[in-house]
Amino acid sequence: MCENIINLSYLISAVLFIIGLKMMSAPKSARRGNLYSALGMLIAVCATLFEKNVIGYQFIIIGLVIGSAIGGFLSVTVKMTQMPQMVGLLNGYGGLASTLVGIAEYARLYPTLSLYDTVTIILTIIIGAITFSGSIVAYGKLEGIVSGRPITYPFQKTINLVQFFVIVGGSILLCSHPESYVWFSVIVLISFILGILLVLPVGGADMPVVICLLNSYSGMAGCAVGFVLSNYCLIITGSLVGASGIILTQIMCKAMNRSLTNVMFGAFGKVDSSGPETRTVNVQGYAPEDATIVLESASLVIIVPGYGLAVAQAQHNVRELADLLEKKGVAVKYAIHPVAGRMPGHMNILLAEANVPYEKLYEMEQINSEFERADVALVIGANDVTNPAAKNNSKSPIYGMPILEVEKAKTVIFLKRSMAPGFAGIENELFLLPKTMMLFGDAKDTVIKLVNLLK
Amino acid sequence: MTFGELLIAMYIFILAIFVGFEVISKVPPTLHTPLMSGSNAISGITVVGALIASGTNNINLTTILGCLAVIFATINVVGGYAVTDRMLKMFKKK
Repeated sequence: MCENIINLSYLISAVLFIIGLKMMSAPKSARRGNLYSALGMLIAVCATLFEKNVIGYQFIIIGLVIGSAIGGFLSVTVKMTQMPQMVGLLNGYGGLASTLVGIAEYARLYPTLSLYDTVTIILTIIIGAITFSGSIVAYGKLEGIVSGRPITYPFQKTINLVQFFVIVGGSILLCSHPESYVWFSVIVLISFILGILLVLPVGGADMPVVICLLNSYSGMAGCAVGFVLSNYCLIITGSLVGASGIILTQIMCKAMNRSLTNVMFGAFGKVDSSGPETRTVNVQGYAPEDATIVLESASLVIIVPGYGLAVAQAQHNVRELADLLEKKGVAVKYAIHPVAGRMPGHMNILLAEANVPYEKLYEMEQINSEFERADVALVIGANDVTNPAAKNNSKSPIYGMPILEVEKAKTVIFLKRSMAPGFAGIENELFLLPKTMMLFGDAKDTVIKLVNLLK
Repeated sequence: MTFGELLIAMYIFILAIFVGFEVISKVPPTLHTPLMSGSNAISGITVVGALIASGTNNINLTTILGCLAVIFATINVVGGYAVTDRMLKMFKKK
Protein backbone atom coordinates (compact mmCIF):
# COMPACT_ATOMS: atom_id res chain seq x y z
CA MET A 1 0.00 0.00 0.00
CA CYS A 2 2.65 2.42 1.12
CA GLU A 3 4.65 1.64 -2.01
CA ASN A 4 1.66 2.48 -4.19
CA ILE A 5 1.30 5.88 -2.55
CA ILE A 6 5.00 6.55 -3.03
CA ASN A 7 4.79 5.67 -6.71
CA LEU A 8 1.69 7.78 -7.12
CA SER A 9 3.55 10.72 -5.59
CA TYR A 10 6.40 10.17 -8.07
CA LEU A 11 3.87 10.28 -10.89
CA ILE A 12 2.44 13.54 -9.57
CA SER A 13 5.87 15.11 -9.35
CA ALA A 14 6.73 13.99 -12.89
CA VAL A 15 3.52 15.65 -14.11
CA LEU A 16 4.37 18.81 -12.18
CA PHE A 17 7.82 18.91 -13.82
CA ILE A 18 6.29 18.65 -17.29
CA ILE A 19 3.66 21.32 -16.55
CA GLY A 20 6.33 23.51 -14.99
CA LEU A 21 8.52 23.28 -18.08
CA LYS A 22 5.54 23.90 -20.33
CA MET A 23 4.73 27.10 -18.46
CA MET A 24 8.27 28.28 -19.17
CA SER A 25 7.14 29.03 -22.72
CA ALA A 26 5.84 32.49 -21.78
CA PRO A 27 7.39 35.09 -19.46
CA LYS A 28 4.01 35.63 -17.81
CA SER A 29 3.56 32.07 -16.58
CA ALA A 30 7.22 31.11 -16.26
CA ARG A 31 7.62 32.04 -12.61
CA ARG A 32 4.59 29.99 -11.58
CA GLY A 33 5.90 27.15 -13.71
CA ASN A 34 9.15 27.17 -11.79
CA LEU A 35 7.20 27.00 -8.53
CA TYR A 36 5.18 24.03 -9.78
CA SER A 37 8.38 22.28 -10.70
CA ALA A 38 9.85 23.04 -7.25
CA LEU A 39 6.68 21.64 -5.69
CA GLY A 40 7.16 18.48 -7.76
CA MET A 41 10.67 18.17 -6.37
CA LEU A 42 9.41 18.61 -2.81
CA ILE A 43 6.81 15.88 -3.32
CA ALA A 44 9.42 13.54 -4.79
CA VAL A 45 11.81 14.12 -1.87
CA CYS A 46 9.08 13.62 0.74
CA ALA A 47 7.85 10.44 -0.96
CA THR A 48 11.38 9.05 -0.99
CA LEU A 49 11.65 9.48 2.77
CA PHE A 50 8.94 6.81 3.10
CA GLU A 51 10.70 4.28 0.84
CA LYS A 52 11.15 0.96 2.60
CA ASN A 53 14.93 1.09 2.12
CA VAL A 54 15.11 4.38 3.97
CA ILE A 55 15.28 3.59 7.66
CA GLY A 56 17.79 6.06 9.13
CA TYR A 57 17.46 9.79 8.78
CA GLN A 58 20.54 11.32 10.37
CA PHE A 59 22.67 11.36 7.20
CA ILE A 60 19.73 12.55 5.15
CA ILE A 61 19.12 15.47 7.49
CA ILE A 62 22.81 16.42 7.57
CA GLY A 63 22.94 16.33 3.77
CA LEU A 64 19.74 18.28 3.24
CA VAL A 65 20.67 21.00 5.73
CA ILE A 66 24.20 21.54 4.43
CA GLY A 67 23.08 21.39 0.80
CA SER A 68 20.18 23.80 1.30
CA ALA A 69 22.40 26.27 3.15
CA ILE A 70 25.07 26.29 0.44
CA GLY A 71 22.52 26.33 -2.40
CA GLY A 72 20.54 29.14 -0.76
CA PHE A 73 23.67 31.16 -0.13
CA LEU A 74 24.88 30.77 -3.72
CA SER A 75 21.54 31.75 -5.20
CA VAL A 76 21.31 34.94 -3.16
CA THR A 77 24.88 36.11 -3.64
CA VAL A 78 25.40 35.37 -7.34
CA LYS A 79 25.36 38.37 -9.68
CA MET A 80 23.29 38.26 -12.85
CA THR A 81 26.47 38.69 -14.89
CA GLN A 82 27.81 35.50 -13.29
CA MET A 83 24.80 33.44 -14.24
CA PRO A 84 26.59 31.31 -16.88
CA GLN A 85 29.21 30.08 -14.41
CA MET A 86 26.53 29.54 -11.77
CA VAL A 87 24.53 27.30 -14.10
CA GLY A 88 27.76 25.53 -15.05
CA LEU A 89 28.63 24.91 -11.42
CA LEU A 90 25.17 23.64 -10.50
CA ASN A 91 25.21 21.31 -13.51
CA GLY A 92 28.48 19.95 -12.20
CA TYR A 93 27.08 19.33 -8.74
CA GLY A 94 24.15 17.41 -10.21
CA GLY A 95 26.58 15.28 -12.20
CA LEU A 96 28.75 14.69 -9.14
CA ALA A 97 25.74 13.66 -7.07
CA SER A 98 24.77 11.10 -9.72
CA THR A 99 28.32 9.75 -9.82
CA LEU A 100 28.39 9.42 -6.03
CA VAL A 101 25.07 7.57 -6.06
CA GLY A 102 26.51 5.25 -8.71
CA ILE A 103 29.61 4.52 -6.60
CA ALA A 104 27.48 4.12 -3.47
CA GLU A 105 25.27 1.57 -5.23
CA TYR A 106 28.35 -0.31 -6.40
CA ALA A 107 29.64 -0.40 -2.81
CA ARG A 108 26.25 -1.50 -1.49
CA LEU A 109 25.76 -4.34 -3.96
CA TYR A 110 29.42 -5.43 -3.99
CA PRO A 111 30.43 -8.12 -4.84
CA THR A 112 27.23 -9.65 -6.22
CA LEU A 113 26.24 -7.31 -9.03
CA SER A 114 24.01 -8.51 -11.84
CA LEU A 115 24.86 -7.58 -15.41
CA TYR A 116 22.03 -5.04 -15.35
CA ASP A 117 23.38 -3.38 -12.18
CA THR A 118 26.90 -3.21 -13.59
CA VAL A 119 25.90 -1.72 -16.93
CA THR A 120 23.62 0.94 -15.45
CA ILE A 121 26.09 1.88 -12.70
CA ILE A 122 28.92 2.24 -15.23
CA LEU A 123 26.75 4.46 -17.44
CA THR A 124 25.78 6.61 -14.46
CA ILE A 125 29.39 7.06 -13.43
CA ILE A 126 30.74 7.82 -16.89
CA ILE A 127 28.06 10.41 -17.71
CA GLY A 128 28.02 11.90 -14.21
CA ALA A 129 31.79 12.21 -13.90
CA ILE A 130 32.19 13.79 -17.35
CA THR A 131 29.41 16.24 -16.46
CA PHE A 132 31.10 17.14 -13.20
CA SER A 133 34.69 17.66 -14.31
CA GLY A 134 33.61 19.23 -17.61
CA SER A 135 31.36 21.69 -15.77
CA ILE A 136 34.14 22.61 -13.37
CA VAL A 137 36.44 23.46 -16.28
CA ALA A 138 33.61 25.42 -17.94
CA TYR A 139 33.10 27.24 -14.65
CA GLY A 140 36.82 28.02 -14.48
CA LYS A 141 36.82 29.37 -18.02
CA LEU A 142 33.78 31.57 -17.47
CA GLU A 143 35.07 32.83 -14.13
CA GLY A 144 38.47 33.58 -15.70
CA ILE A 145 40.41 31.08 -13.57
CA VAL A 146 41.20 28.98 -16.63
CA SER A 147 42.15 30.69 -19.90
CA GLY A 148 39.12 31.33 -22.09
CA ARG A 149 41.20 30.58 -25.18
CA PRO A 150 41.09 27.02 -26.46
CA ILE A 151 43.82 24.98 -24.79
CA THR A 152 45.36 22.43 -27.10
CA TYR A 153 48.29 20.08 -26.76
CA PRO A 154 49.99 17.53 -28.99
CA PHE A 155 48.18 14.25 -29.70
CA GLN A 156 44.98 15.64 -28.19
CA LYS A 157 42.63 13.54 -30.25
CA THR A 158 44.75 10.42 -29.83
CA ILE A 159 44.83 10.83 -26.05
CA ASN A 160 41.05 11.30 -25.91
CA LEU A 161 40.55 8.31 -28.15
CA VAL A 162 42.81 6.13 -26.00
CA GLN A 163 40.87 7.14 -22.89
CA PHE A 164 37.63 6.39 -24.65
CA PHE A 165 38.82 2.90 -25.52
CA VAL A 166 40.11 2.28 -21.99
CA ILE A 167 36.67 3.19 -20.65
CA VAL A 168 34.90 0.94 -23.16
CA GLY A 169 37.34 -1.92 -22.61
CA GLY A 170 37.23 -1.53 -18.85
CA SER A 171 33.45 -1.51 -18.91
CA ILE A 172 33.29 -4.75 -20.89
CA LEU A 173 35.77 -6.33 -18.49
CA LEU A 174 33.80 -5.11 -15.51
CA CYS A 175 30.60 -6.61 -16.89
CA SER A 176 32.14 -10.06 -16.84
CA HIS A 177 33.99 -9.47 -13.53
CA PRO A 178 31.91 -6.96 -11.58
CA GLU A 179 33.95 -7.59 -8.43
CA SER A 180 37.12 -6.10 -9.98
CA TYR A 181 37.16 -2.82 -8.09
CA VAL A 182 40.50 -1.87 -9.68
CA TRP A 183 38.88 -1.60 -13.11
CA PHE A 184 35.94 0.13 -11.51
CA SER A 185 38.26 2.80 -10.05
CA VAL A 186 40.07 3.16 -13.37
CA ILE A 187 36.77 3.86 -15.12
CA VAL A 188 35.79 6.43 -12.49
CA LEU A 189 39.15 8.18 -12.69
CA ILE A 190 39.37 8.27 -16.48
CA SER A 191 35.80 9.55 -16.78
CA PHE A 192 36.74 12.53 -14.60
CA ILE A 193 39.88 13.19 -16.66
CA LEU A 194 37.98 12.84 -19.94
CA GLY A 195 35.50 15.52 -18.82
CA ILE A 196 38.35 17.95 -18.19
CA LEU A 197 40.11 17.20 -21.46
CA LEU A 198 36.93 17.48 -23.51
CA VAL A 199 36.14 21.01 -22.34
CA LEU A 200 39.69 22.46 -22.19
CA PRO A 201 40.03 22.85 -25.98
CA VAL A 202 36.70 24.69 -26.30
CA GLY A 203 36.95 28.47 -26.51
CA GLY A 204 35.08 30.91 -24.28
CA ALA A 205 32.74 32.13 -27.02
CA ASP A 206 31.61 28.55 -27.62
CA MET A 207 30.65 28.16 -23.96
CA PRO A 208 26.91 28.52 -24.68
CA VAL A 209 27.06 25.22 -26.56
CA VAL A 210 29.12 23.49 -23.88
CA ILE A 211 26.85 24.65 -21.06
CA CYS A 212 23.81 23.37 -22.95
CA LEU A 213 25.49 20.06 -23.64
CA LEU A 214 26.53 19.63 -20.00
CA ASN A 215 22.99 20.51 -18.99
CA SER A 216 21.80 17.66 -21.16
CA TYR A 217 24.41 15.31 -19.66
CA SER A 218 23.38 16.15 -16.11
CA GLY A 219 19.83 15.12 -17.02
CA MET A 220 21.06 11.94 -18.66
CA ALA A 221 23.12 11.13 -15.55
CA GLY A 222 19.95 11.45 -13.44
CA CYS A 223 18.16 9.26 -15.93
CA ALA A 224 20.89 6.62 -15.61
CA VAL A 225 20.49 6.70 -11.82
CA GLY A 226 16.81 6.02 -12.49
CA PHE A 227 17.75 2.86 -14.37
CA VAL A 228 20.11 1.82 -11.55
CA LEU A 229 17.37 2.15 -8.95
CA SER A 230 14.52 1.14 -11.28
CA ASN A 231 12.85 4.43 -10.41
CA TYR A 232 10.54 5.71 -13.16
CA CYS A 233 10.37 9.23 -11.71
CA LEU A 234 14.10 9.68 -12.19
CA ILE A 235 13.97 8.20 -15.68
CA ILE A 236 11.21 10.59 -16.79
CA THR A 237 12.69 13.66 -15.19
CA GLY A 238 16.22 12.94 -16.30
CA SER A 239 15.14 12.47 -19.90
CA LEU A 240 13.16 15.74 -19.85
CA VAL A 241 16.30 17.62 -18.88
CA GLY A 242 18.38 15.61 -21.31
CA ALA A 243 16.03 16.53 -24.16
CA SER A 244 15.97 20.18 -23.13
CA GLY A 245 19.77 20.40 -23.15
CA ILE A 246 19.96 18.77 -26.58
CA ILE A 247 17.45 21.19 -28.08
CA LEU A 248 19.33 24.20 -26.73
CA THR A 249 22.60 22.73 -27.99
CA GLN A 250 21.11 22.41 -31.47
CA ILE A 251 19.76 25.98 -31.39
CA MET A 252 23.16 27.33 -30.38
CA CYS A 253 25.05 25.37 -33.02
CA LYS A 254 22.62 26.51 -35.68
CA ALA A 255 23.02 30.12 -34.57
CA MET A 256 26.74 29.81 -35.23
CA ASN A 257 26.30 27.70 -38.36
CA ARG A 258 28.66 25.08 -36.98
CA SER A 259 28.35 21.43 -36.17
CA LEU A 260 28.59 20.14 -32.64
CA THR A 261 31.76 18.23 -33.59
CA ASN A 262 33.34 21.44 -34.81
CA VAL A 263 32.48 23.24 -31.57
CA MET A 264 33.77 20.44 -29.35
CA PHE A 265 36.92 19.52 -31.27
CA GLY A 266 37.62 22.47 -33.56
CA ALA A 267 39.54 24.57 -31.00
CA PHE A 268 37.75 27.56 -32.51
CA GLY A 269 39.18 30.97 -31.69
CA LYS A 270 42.71 29.71 -31.21
CA VAL A 271 44.95 32.61 -32.18
CA ASP A 272 47.65 31.54 -34.54
CA SER A 273 50.66 33.40 -33.16
CA SER A 274 52.89 32.27 -36.01
CA GLY A 275 50.79 34.24 -38.49
CA PRO A 276 53.15 36.41 -40.58
CA GLU A 277 50.95 39.42 -41.17
CA THR A 278 49.99 41.37 -38.11
CA ARG A 279 48.56 44.39 -39.79
CA THR A 280 48.47 47.55 -37.81
CA VAL A 281 45.47 49.57 -38.76
CA ASN A 282 45.02 53.08 -37.58
CA VAL A 283 41.46 53.67 -36.69
CA GLN A 284 40.44 57.03 -35.46
CA GLY A 285 38.66 56.99 -32.13
CA TYR A 286 35.79 59.41 -31.70
CA ALA A 287 34.90 61.33 -28.56
CA PRO A 288 31.64 60.68 -26.70
CA GLU A 289 30.56 64.23 -27.67
CA ASP A 290 30.53 63.26 -31.36
CA ALA A 291 28.42 60.23 -30.57
CA THR A 292 25.83 62.13 -28.57
CA ILE A 293 25.19 64.50 -31.47
CA VAL A 294 24.43 61.55 -33.74
CA LEU A 295 22.34 59.81 -31.10
CA GLU A 296 20.25 62.88 -30.30
CA SER A 297 19.36 63.57 -33.89
CA ALA A 298 18.36 59.95 -34.59
CA SER A 299 14.80 58.71 -34.77
CA LEU A 300 15.55 55.00 -34.36
CA VAL A 301 18.49 53.59 -32.40
CA ILE A 302 19.09 49.85 -32.25
CA ILE A 303 21.28 48.70 -29.38
CA VAL A 304 23.32 45.55 -29.96
CA PRO A 305 24.62 44.16 -26.66
CA GLY A 306 27.36 41.54 -26.40
CA TYR A 307 29.54 39.82 -23.86
CA GLY A 308 31.45 43.09 -23.27
CA LEU A 309 28.27 44.52 -21.73
CA ALA A 310 28.20 41.67 -19.22
CA VAL A 311 31.90 42.03 -18.42
CA ALA A 312 31.57 45.77 -17.82
CA GLN A 313 28.24 45.24 -15.98
CA ALA A 314 26.89 48.19 -17.90
CA GLN A 315 23.27 47.00 -18.25
CA HIS A 316 21.79 49.58 -15.84
CA ASN A 317 23.67 52.44 -17.50
CA VAL A 318 22.56 51.28 -20.93
CA ARG A 319 18.96 51.41 -19.82
CA GLU A 320 19.49 54.90 -18.44
CA LEU A 321 20.89 55.91 -21.81
CA ALA A 322 17.90 54.38 -23.59
CA ASP A 323 15.47 56.16 -21.24
CA LEU A 324 17.11 59.53 -21.92
CA LEU A 325 16.98 58.94 -25.66
CA GLU A 326 13.32 57.96 -25.47
CA LYS A 327 12.55 61.10 -23.53
CA LYS A 328 14.03 63.03 -26.45
CA GLY A 329 11.71 61.20 -28.82
CA VAL A 330 14.16 58.61 -30.13
CA ALA A 331 12.80 55.09 -30.54
CA VAL A 332 15.09 52.47 -28.99
CA LYS A 333 15.14 48.75 -29.72
CA TYR A 334 17.49 45.99 -28.66
CA ALA A 335 18.82 43.38 -31.08
CA ILE A 336 19.78 40.09 -29.44
CA HIS A 337 21.95 37.62 -31.31
CA PRO A 338 21.27 34.02 -30.19
CA VAL A 339 24.88 33.46 -29.14
CA ALA A 340 25.54 36.90 -27.65
CA GLY A 341 27.10 36.38 -24.23
CA ARG A 342 28.19 33.14 -22.70
CA MET A 343 24.94 31.21 -22.43
CA PRO A 344 21.60 31.14 -24.25
CA GLY A 345 19.52 34.14 -23.23
CA HIS A 346 22.40 35.75 -21.29
CA MET A 347 21.68 39.25 -22.64
CA ASN A 348 17.97 38.89 -21.94
CA ILE A 349 18.42 38.32 -18.22
CA LEU A 350 20.94 41.15 -17.91
CA LEU A 351 18.57 43.60 -19.57
CA ALA A 352 15.66 42.23 -17.56
CA GLU A 353 17.68 42.92 -14.43
CA ALA A 354 18.02 46.52 -15.59
CA ASN A 355 14.22 46.65 -15.99
CA VAL A 356 14.19 46.77 -19.77
CA PRO A 357 10.73 45.48 -20.79
CA TYR A 358 11.13 42.26 -22.74
CA GLU A 359 8.97 43.51 -25.61
CA LYS A 360 11.83 45.80 -26.61
CA LEU A 361 14.20 42.90 -27.10
CA TYR A 362 14.13 41.55 -30.65
CA GLU A 363 15.53 38.32 -32.00
CA MET A 364 17.85 38.39 -34.96
CA GLU A 365 15.24 37.39 -37.56
CA GLN A 366 12.82 40.05 -36.37
CA ILE A 367 15.25 42.94 -36.23
CA ASN A 368 17.56 42.42 -39.20
CA SER A 369 15.13 44.05 -41.63
CA GLU A 370 14.94 47.11 -39.40
CA PHE A 371 18.61 48.08 -39.49
CA GLU A 372 18.03 49.76 -42.88
CA ARG A 373 15.63 52.18 -41.23
CA ALA A 374 17.82 52.71 -38.18
CA ASP A 375 19.84 55.90 -37.87
CA VAL A 376 22.23 54.40 -35.37
CA ALA A 377 23.29 50.88 -34.51
CA LEU A 378 24.89 51.15 -31.10
CA VAL A 379 27.08 48.08 -30.60
CA ILE A 380 28.10 47.60 -26.99
CA GLY A 381 30.73 44.96 -26.35
CA ALA A 382 29.80 42.78 -29.32
CA ASN A 383 32.00 42.08 -32.31
CA ASP A 384 31.89 38.73 -34.13
CA VAL A 385 28.09 38.64 -34.25
CA THR A 386 28.13 41.85 -36.33
CA ASN A 387 31.06 41.00 -38.59
CA PRO A 388 30.05 41.12 -42.27
CA ALA A 389 32.90 38.73 -43.05
CA ALA A 390 30.45 36.01 -42.00
CA LYS A 391 28.45 36.88 -45.13
CA ASN A 392 30.98 37.87 -47.74
CA ASN A 393 34.34 36.32 -46.92
CA SER A 394 34.28 32.61 -47.55
CA LYS A 395 37.76 32.27 -46.02
CA SER A 396 36.68 33.70 -42.69
CA PRO A 397 36.34 31.19 -39.86
CA ILE A 398 32.90 32.55 -39.06
CA TYR A 399 31.72 32.36 -42.69
CA GLY A 400 28.07 31.29 -42.82
CA MET A 401 27.20 32.38 -39.31
CA PRO A 402 24.01 34.46 -39.33
CA ILE A 403 24.83 37.97 -38.12
CA LEU A 404 23.06 41.12 -37.01
CA GLU A 405 23.24 43.35 -40.06
CA VAL A 406 24.37 46.51 -38.30
CA GLU A 407 26.24 47.68 -41.40
CA LYS A 408 22.89 48.64 -42.95
CA ALA A 409 22.28 51.36 -40.35
CA LYS A 410 23.18 54.94 -41.31
CA THR A 411 25.78 55.16 -38.54
CA VAL A 412 27.37 52.38 -36.57
CA ILE A 413 28.76 53.26 -33.14
CA PHE A 414 31.04 50.68 -31.56
CA LEU A 415 31.78 50.79 -27.85
CA LYS A 416 34.91 48.72 -27.55
CA ARG A 417 37.82 48.38 -25.23
CA SER A 418 40.45 48.31 -27.98
CA MET A 419 40.98 47.33 -31.59
CA ALA A 420 41.62 43.76 -30.46
CA PRO A 421 39.78 41.26 -32.61
CA GLY A 422 36.75 39.48 -31.23
CA PHE A 423 36.78 36.00 -29.88
CA ALA A 424 37.08 34.34 -33.25
CA GLY A 425 40.43 36.11 -33.59
CA ILE A 426 39.50 37.90 -36.80
CA GLU A 427 39.31 41.53 -37.75
CA ASN A 428 36.04 43.27 -38.27
CA GLU A 429 36.02 45.32 -41.47
CA LEU A 430 33.18 47.40 -40.07
CA PHE A 431 35.67 49.29 -37.92
CA LEU A 432 37.23 50.76 -41.06
CA LEU A 433 34.02 52.02 -42.68
CA PRO A 434 33.58 55.80 -42.88
CA LYS A 435 30.17 55.60 -41.24
CA THR A 436 31.55 53.78 -38.22
CA MET A 437 32.39 55.65 -35.03
CA MET A 438 34.68 53.86 -32.62
CA LEU A 439 34.43 54.85 -28.97
CA PHE A 440 37.31 53.21 -27.14
CA GLY A 441 37.23 52.48 -23.43
CA ASP A 442 35.37 50.48 -20.83
CA ALA A 443 31.76 50.05 -21.93
CA LYS A 444 30.39 51.22 -18.61
CA ASP A 445 32.56 54.37 -18.46
CA THR A 446 31.68 55.27 -22.03
CA VAL A 447 27.95 54.80 -21.49
CA ILE A 448 28.10 56.91 -18.31
CA LYS A 449 29.84 59.66 -20.29
CA LEU A 450 27.14 59.49 -22.97
CA VAL A 451 24.41 59.63 -20.33
CA ASN A 452 25.95 62.69 -18.66
CA LEU A 453 26.32 64.45 -22.00
CA LEU A 454 22.72 63.73 -22.96
CA LYS A 455 21.51 65.16 -19.67
CA MET B 1 15.00 -6.21 -13.03
CA THR B 2 13.43 -8.59 -15.51
CA PHE B 3 13.54 -8.02 -19.25
CA GLY B 4 9.87 -7.04 -19.19
CA GLU B 5 10.51 -4.37 -16.58
CA LEU B 6 13.48 -3.07 -18.52
CA LEU B 7 11.30 -2.81 -21.59
CA ILE B 8 8.74 -0.72 -19.68
CA ALA B 9 11.52 1.50 -18.39
CA MET B 10 12.75 1.97 -21.97
CA TYR B 11 9.23 2.90 -23.11
CA ILE B 12 9.05 5.52 -20.39
CA PHE B 13 12.51 6.81 -21.23
CA ILE B 14 11.81 7.23 -24.92
CA LEU B 15 8.37 8.77 -24.48
CA ALA B 16 9.71 11.21 -21.88
CA ILE B 17 12.39 12.36 -24.31
CA PHE B 18 9.71 13.08 -26.91
CA VAL B 19 7.67 14.99 -24.34
CA GLY B 20 10.82 16.95 -23.44
CA PHE B 21 11.47 17.89 -27.08
CA GLU B 22 7.86 18.90 -27.56
CA VAL B 23 7.64 21.05 -24.44
CA ILE B 24 11.04 22.72 -24.62
CA SER B 25 11.02 23.65 -28.30
CA LYS B 26 8.22 26.14 -27.56
CA VAL B 27 10.30 28.13 -25.06
CA PRO B 28 11.25 31.55 -26.53
CA PRO B 29 14.95 32.58 -26.61
CA THR B 30 14.35 35.33 -24.08
CA LEU B 31 13.68 32.65 -21.45
CA HIS B 32 16.53 30.33 -22.38
CA THR B 33 18.69 31.17 -19.37
CA PRO B 34 15.90 30.61 -16.81
CA LEU B 35 14.96 27.46 -18.72
CA MET B 36 18.49 26.16 -18.36
CA SER B 37 18.76 26.93 -14.68
CA GLY B 38 15.25 25.61 -14.08
CA SER B 39 15.81 22.35 -15.94
CA ASN B 40 19.15 22.16 -14.20
CA ALA B 41 17.34 22.28 -10.86
CA ILE B 42 15.05 19.50 -12.10
CA SER B 43 18.09 17.37 -12.91
CA GLY B 44 18.76 17.51 -9.17
CA ILE B 45 16.08 14.78 -9.01
CA THR B 46 19.06 12.51 -8.56
CA VAL B 47 18.63 13.57 -4.90
CA VAL B 48 16.05 10.77 -4.74
CA GLY B 49 18.77 8.22 -5.42
CA ALA B 50 21.05 9.96 -2.94
CA LEU B 51 18.40 9.82 -0.22
CA ILE B 52 17.91 6.10 -0.76
CA ALA B 53 21.67 5.50 -0.57
CA SER B 54 22.12 7.49 2.64
CA GLY B 55 18.98 6.33 4.43
CA THR B 56 20.49 3.84 6.86
CA ASN B 57 21.71 3.96 10.44
CA ASN B 58 25.06 2.25 9.87
CA ILE B 59 28.08 4.19 8.82
CA ASN B 60 29.69 2.57 5.80
CA LEU B 61 31.01 3.61 2.42
CA THR B 62 27.53 3.64 0.90
CA THR B 63 26.04 5.98 3.48
CA ILE B 64 29.01 8.36 3.41
CA LEU B 65 28.92 8.59 -0.38
CA GLY B 66 25.14 8.88 -0.20
CA CYS B 67 25.35 11.73 2.29
CA LEU B 68 27.83 13.59 0.05
CA ALA B 69 25.51 12.98 -2.89
CA VAL B 70 22.59 14.42 -0.91
CA ILE B 71 24.64 17.56 -0.21
CA PHE B 72 25.58 18.16 -3.84
CA ALA B 73 22.17 17.27 -5.22
CA THR B 74 20.50 19.60 -2.70
CA ILE B 75 22.83 22.47 -3.67
CA ASN B 76 21.78 21.77 -7.25
CA VAL B 77 18.06 21.71 -6.40
CA VAL B 78 17.85 24.60 -3.95
CA GLY B 79 20.36 26.81 -5.76
CA GLY B 80 18.78 26.05 -9.13
CA TYR B 81 15.19 26.81 -8.19
CA ALA B 82 16.06 29.90 -6.13
CA VAL B 83 18.20 31.43 -8.83
CA THR B 84 15.59 30.68 -11.51
CA ASP B 85 12.96 32.39 -9.42
CA ARG B 86 15.25 35.38 -8.95
CA MET B 87 15.65 35.70 -12.69
CA LEU B 88 12.00 35.19 -13.59
CA LYS B 89 10.97 37.83 -11.07
CA MET B 90 12.80 40.37 -13.22
CA PHE B 91 10.90 39.69 -16.43
CA LYS B 92 8.37 42.46 -16.62
CA LYS B 93 6.19 44.08 -19.19
CA LYS B 94 6.34 47.78 -19.71
